[in-house]
Amino acid sequence: MKELELFFGPIWPLVWTMVKIVVIVLPLVIAVAYLTLAERKIIGYMQVRIGPNRVGPFGLLQPFADTFKLMFKEIVIPSGANKYLFIIAPVLSIMPAIGAWAVVPFGPELVVADVNAGLLYIMAITSMGVYGVILAGWASNSKYAFLGCMRSAAQIVSYELAMGFALVGVLMAANSLNLGEIVKGQEGGLHHWYWLPLLPMFLIYVIAGVAETNRHPFDLAEGESEIVAGFHVEYSGITFAVFFLAEYANMILIATLASIMFLGGWLSPIPALPDGFIWLAAKVSFVLFFFLWIRATFPRYRYDQLMRLGWKIFIPITLIWIIFLGVMMQTPLAHLFH
Amino acid sequence: MEFKTFIFYWFALVLLFGALRVITCRNPVHAAMWLVLCFFTAAGVWLLLHAEFLAITLVLVYVGAVMVLFLFVIMMLDVNLLKLKENFRSYWPVGAMVGVLVAFEMASILFVAYDRAPAAVAPEHGADYSNTRELGLLLYTEYVYAFEIAAVLLLVAIVAAIALTYRRRKGVRQQDVGEQVRVKKGDRLRLIKVPTEPAAEAAKPGDAAA
Repeated sequence: MKELELFFGPIWPLVWTMVKIVVIVLPLVIAVAYLTLAERKIIGYMQVRIGPNRVGPFGLLQPFADTFKLMFKEIVIPSGANKYLFIIAPVLSIMPAIGAWAVVPFGPELVVADVNAGLLYIMAITSMGVYGVILAGWASNSKYAFLGCMRSAAQIVSYELAMGFALVGVLMAANSLNLGEIVKGQEGGLHHWYWLPLLPMFLIYVIAGVAETNRHPFDLAEGESEIVAGFHVEYSGITFAVFFLAEYANMILIATLASIMFLGGWLSPIPALPDGFIWLAAKVSFVLFFFLWIRATFPRYRYDQLMRLGWKIFIPITLIWIIFLGVMMQTPLAHLFH
Repeated sequence: MEFKTFIFYWFALVLLFGALRVITCRNPVHAAMWLVLCFFTAAGVWLLLHAEFLAITLVLVYVGAVMVLFLFVIMMLDVNLLKLKENFRSYWPVGAMVGVLVAFEMASILFVAYDRAPAAVAPEHGADYSNTRELGLLLYTEYVYAFEIAAVLLLVAIVAAIALTYRRRKGVRQQDVGEQVRVKKGDRLRLIKVPTEPAAEAAKPGDAAA
């Protein structure tokens, strides 16, 4: 390590950070690949089908076949499109999906940047994801894409508020914005995790997370049946694959954050068992399975129902629960809410 | 320290170039995106000054919310650039005057007042120092009244904006979700007893009457 540091001299921090980034992003991309396969398999089984089973044993190589197919396809740029923004849009949607991982802790000391304001950083970075969708819709110069982008922008801005308020509850319970500290505050087994004192917040966070990632049953931005896949209808080849990657990376991010903030992160459910990354992985897989499960179960929301749910139900509930938390913390029962 | 200086100059360069492009861009959507870049790099510069809360809030509020709505409005408008440039000649003296005034004001601060002010030394903080916590403590203890007044002002602005723009049109059909949820089987469904085998009855009218 010392020799390497001497070799690179002043640019060593840059090199070292790059190495850490690769160590996180590479497994993330592979996880995304297998999440797409898991989705197709699980929904297949739920609908009494087999799902992809031709490429490799049990279809395990299917995601790579799909990736290579998309990589070698032509990128078609529509004639009236705004060329630069059309190409930048997928980049802008993948950037926040990957950037937010900088402050996510995978274990007690396993984090790229141990930032004090980690929670705020996550909120700020994920709030930038909407640009990819808006610009994709506008730059495509297509009616369907534009309708999809407008739906998505309104939806993401509305659900971000409920999501932010849910995080305020976590911050009040943990007394810290550092994600590592938040996990440490939940020590002591299943009933000490924040899902219990913050139950409404937890439910709202998970549901708003589904809405934020434009997943079913809130996928009005895509709405295949009415606006033929919405904002990315004009995208093909690798640009489409990048949108796909961003959507699934965001899903994994939301699942990880829900596990860290409400399900105790890397802590084991029974204090007798050792803690470790394996627990975090199990919790993330569970939340992801839940996302796939509701996709196979529920019909799509109508647009006015979606807006009503966000503004008239979620935001009041979170606000009331924040006040309730604040009041309870001043009573002798305060220990239940920390 | 070397690397930090390099980052500062890089950010400063990007920020200046972005700001220049905001006002020279022909396409309003491009200009808005350059402005987003400006906010983002300004947040980077603030982070270098250890003002993490301000930096993150700048991204969260301006990039994440304000500019999204801004972009939304620009995209909906059909901006005609020729029409915008029509009265350029009659406007430019006023514009130039405002520009000179702003430049003069900035120069008076940067060249005169800035030199006289005692050099501010940033206090050194430990690793566990949290900018956010300190700001929160100050806001909710020492400056709580100013904070509350600002909050009330914003609330008044929100209510006023909605009251000014809200128009209830006549004849709009609205759904009452509560009513939809409360609906019972009896309200929608009517069971009718349909007599079976009408063909057989037609064949033997005497039996049906009996």
